Formats: sequence, C-alpha cells, structure tokens
Amino acid sequence: MSENSLLPQTTNEAVSSASGPETLRRRFLERLSFVLGSIAAAVVATPVVGFLLGLRKPSEVWRAVGKLDDFTLGATVKVSFLDPSPLPWAGVTAQTAAWLRRIGDQQFIAFSIDCTHLGCPVRWLQDANLFMCPCHGGVFYSNGRVASGPPPRPLIQYPVRVENGEVQILTSPLPIT
Amino acid sequence: METLKRIWSWFDDVTGISAWLLPILRHPVPPARRSAWFYVLGSATLFVFILQVVTGIALASSYVASTAQAYNTLLFISGTTFGHIVRGLHAFGASAMVVLIGVHAIRVYLMGAYKYPRQMNWLTGAGLLLFTLLMAFTGQLLRWDQTGFWSVVIAAEQAGRTPFIGNWLGHFILAGDTAGGATLSRFFAAHVFFVPALIFLFLGFHLYLVLHNGISEPPKVGQPVDPKTYRVWYQELLAREGHPFWPDAVWRDVVFGFLVVMTVVALAITIGPPALGKPPDPTIIGASPRPEWYFLWYYAVLTLAPRWSENYLIILGPALWGAALILLPLLAGKGERSPLRRPWSFVIVTFIVFMIVYFGRIGKVAPWSPRFEAPPLPAEVVGITSGPVAEGAALFYKKGCEYCHAVSGYGGIRGPDLTYAGDRMTAAQMKTRIFSGAANMPSYTGNLTADELSALLAFLQSRHRTPPLLPTAR
Repeated sequence: MSENSLLPQTTNEAVSSASGPETLRRRFLERLSFVLGSIAAAVVATPVVGFLLGLRKPSEVWRAVGKLDDFTLGATVKVSFLDPSPLPWAGVTAQTAAWLRRIGDQQFIAFSIDCTHLGCPVRWLQDANLFMCPCHGGVFYSNGRVASGPPPRPLIQYPVRVENGEVQILTSPLPIT
Repeated sequence: METLKRIWSWFDDVTGISAWLLPILRHPVPPARRSAWFYVLGSATLFVFILQVVTGIALASSYVASTAQAYNTLLFISGTTFGHIVRGLHAFGASAMVVLIGVHAIRVYLMGAYKYPRQMNWLTGAGLLLFTLLMAFTGQLLRWDQTGFWSVVIAAEQAGRTPFIGNWLGHFILAGDTAGGATLSRFFAAHVFFVPALIFLFLGFHLYLVLHNGISEPPKVGQPVDPKTYRVWYQELLAREGHPFWPDAVWRDVVFGFLVVMTVVALAITIGPPALGKPPDPTIIGASPRPEWYFLWYYAVLTLAPRWSENYLIILGPALWGAALILLPLLAGKGERSPLRRPWSFVIVTFIVFMIVYFGRIGKVAPWSPRFEAPPLPAEVVGITSGPVAEGAALFYKKGCEYCHAVSGYGGIRGPDLTYAGDRMTAAQMKTRIFSGAANMPSYTGNLTADELSALLAFLQSRHRTPPLLPTAR
C-alpha cells in the first residue's frame, strides 16, 4: 500500500542527521506531546471512573411490611417492600421480597429470598416446611439452615422490629456471598 | 452517464479511493483448492456482525433502557409485525455469531493458521471471541424479563466469588447496592457502546492483519513454518499461484454468507424471537432463571463439578481458557501446521465440542432442579384412593419428595426414581434415608409425624414392578 500513498515519507535522514540542539528540541516536543496527552486523559478519566465505581451507597433502611395483626403465629409468608436504594425510574425492580414468619407476640424472623449459593429466589414450601431453590436444587430448613444441595451457608436473615403495631424489616444491599 | 463518470473521476481524484482500495480487493491469495470452503467462516461471522449492528440499531430506536419500562418497550416491539421479526433476527443472529466465530476459531486452530506470522491475527480473534460472548450475555439481559433480572443477580454473585475484590466487583456489576434502576442502563451502555466499540477496534486490526500477513495457505504435511524463511516463501507462492481476492475468493464468502443470513431470516420469521417471560418483578418468586444455550454447558459443569471446586472453577475456569488462547500462538508459533502432524489438536477440539454438546444437553434438562410444576400423583399411578398408601402418596407430593423423585414418570429427577422403590429397599432402609437425608436430600427428622411416616413408607413399599394385590377402595 505504501507505494501508492502520497503521504510524505518519514524523514528518517532528517531526524538522525540532526545534530545537537535539533535532536534535543525534537525529544522535548515528543515528551511534551506524551505528557500533555496523558494528563488530559487522566483528568477526564478520573470523574468517569469515579462515577462508574461510585454508584454504591451502602444503606440500611427500615421498611414497613404490614400491620402486626396481619401475621398469624407460625405462618411463613412472602412480604414485598422497597429495596434500600430505590431509584425513581426503577419501576417494579425497586421492589424486593423476604420470607417473614411470626414466631411470637412481638417476635418475627425474616429470611432473604436470595439463595446463598448464587442468589436465585428460594420458594417456601408450606407443607414440606422447607425452602427450595429452583436453580441448583439447594434446600434450607425452616430455620434457614442448609438442608442439602450446594448453598454454602444458611439463608441470610433481616432484622425485624415492631413499631406502633407495624412490622418493619431492615433492608440491606444484595448480599454477595 | 457522462456526468456520473465525471463526478466519479472527481471523487476518485480528491479521495484516491480506487488507488487505495483496488490493490486491497485484488490482493493475491494462495490457492485453497479443496479447502476453499473452509475459508468462508470468518467473513460469515463479519456478515452476521453487520446484521447484528443493523438490527440492534433498529431495536435501540424503540427500546428504553429503564428497569421500569424496558419490558413494556419489548412488548411494544414484539407487538408489531416487523418488530417481531427484527427481534428474531437479532436473537438468531446472536446465536449464529457465537456458532460461526467458534467454528472459525476451530478451523484456524486445526489448520495451524495461528502460527508465524499470524500470531496477532489469532490474538485479536481471541479478543473478538471474548467480546462476542460478552455481547451474547449482556444482550440476553437486555431482554429484561424475570430471567433477565435474575441473570444479573447470578452474574453479580458469580463475580462475587473472585478473591479479594469479589464483593466490590459484584456490586460494580449491579451498579449499586441492589439490582435496580442503574443496573440495566449499565448493561445497555456495555452492550450498545462499550463492547461494540472494542469489537470495531479489534475487527479493524484483525482485518488489517489479514491483509498485512496474507491469507494462510492450506497446510501441507511435512511443510513446517520456519519464521526465517516463511515470508519469502509465501511471497513466491503468491507470485507463482496467487489469485486475486476479488472475485476469485470472495464469491464463496458471499455465497456462504448469503446462506447464513437467509437461514437467520427464515428462523426469525418461522420461529420468531425468544418469548418474553414474566415481568422483571423480584417479588414474583416463581422464577427459574436459565442461561441461553451457549452458556448452558458451563451452567451444567459448575453444577456437576465437586462442590469444593466450584469457587475455583467459576473464576479459574474462564481465566485458564483465556490463558490457553493467549499462550497458544506464543508457545506454538512455528513448526508443523497440518492437523495430521498435530493429533492433539483433534483431541482438544473433540473435547471442546463434547463439553459444549454433552453438558449443554444436561444443562438444558437441569436434572438437579426441583420440578415445582409436577402435579400430585394421579390415582391410576397410586393404585388406590384411600388408606395409608393413598395418604402416603399425598404426603409424597406435599412434603416435596416428588419435586426431586419421580414415580411412574411424575416428578423430578434429582434423586433416584422411586417407581419401584419397594423392590429395592426395605421399610427400615427407607426410614433411615428419610431421617438422615443425604448430600442432596434434606433430613425429614422432626418434619414427619409417626403416622405420616408410616403412611409414606406404606406408599413407597407399594411401589413394585408387579404391584401386589391391594385391597380395593371402598
């Protein structure tokens, strides 16, 4: 291709034959170009990378999931609530869920729906008294302990409190195990 | 006509386009003889990539990359006649691109075309293979239904297994604390801007290298590549037997590319795009996310590998594959090219194809997944409608046994088939198993009353190849 190109050919002789000050001047200009280019790239990259990495704001928020009287003793039910960092345009995706069981007058226990293996949503099987995961067949006992399959640890629990007859769950970021 | 000619000669004069392009189009290629049709795979990948760009732009003109609206815009696109077809083209085009770039890589590997001087051709191609898989994964997510949503969660959890930076990396993929508003935009930007930009960059470099190094000649047994003499030898070969690329070689690329594109079009029209699942609402628990076919084999391998090795496989598996692709041309850059003198290449290719097909089929069935959709055992299977055997059959369903164990074709296949359980195990053995559980079976200690246990055992003991006479139902 080069024989067809009308671009001026590299002036190799000019560069190498240049003596003293001319060589120094060229070396300075080369370095100047590299340094200025690098500075500009770094200055622009800083906010870009910072923005991409900085969207995470670890947060824990209490979310109401229902009235105390709505929950029967011993029953495990699915409750839905807003995740800890809902964005206005998130739509249904801002929702999250937990398995909530009333274990006393004011006591509750809440399990994350995310399997501790790879995060798939576990189902509560009322009659079998087990949680089962659809992805790799992980099974948890009703107390959240691993019953069988690949999950490495028990289901994650959310703190629950009762305030003025309202049941609240402390939401937290998606647990990455 | 005269005017057109004048416009062209002016354009050619001020751009120098024909002086630049004609030598490229007519550059000599070595005679491929009987192997000629093996050389069409790369260009077919390129044609399908162009198809993906065009259909992708069309889809992006209506798709809204918002977690709240993406699903609705997909419903809207699929609701129009041509939108339905364009989605089908883009989906089948994605599959075609994965297949073609894979077969192209295998062809280059078998023919030893990655050896000197074409090592960088191979390395840029390896980059393009990686980017194609990235596009395939991110594209599946943009189909923002239930599976799309949970795929993000699973991807973040898998990335979370990386040592030291896992947690950070997982949340980087989510673009925040949870899979929410910012997540989909991040995948959209990756799928539409970032990865395509990398593909264009690498593709340009790849094509430049094809021209710079010339198309490889079909390998001959006993004709090893010697970097000291290869280029001179190759130039002599071209001078002696070379044909102009256009049109002597191109016509095959066009014919094959035409067939590929027509196949994609036919599939898009007859089968259509993948159906949309339920909305991406994380509170709908009945989700069973599955990867697309190109990752099913990996899903199966990860599931079936010994549990202790999972953490290593998730991270080290892909890393080792990447390392192998990079090291291949650097360590084996000269010598024999013919696959007949490199018998291991056949073994390796057979192994790869076997892994993808065999484990892909297992992943499709996912025998380890509970069959939540299994119905209670019908009366004709149970053989009786009252008494302990019937009660046991009801418990077999209610207690979740049937999700993992099949009886007479009903139920899951995670655990042993219990159609003839009564032939194999005594009641005492069954009781031990039910109470002690196993690696993949929960223990039912404390989960069954004495009456329930005896009913369940009565049912399981009644499962025989030749059923014993049962008292008929009253």
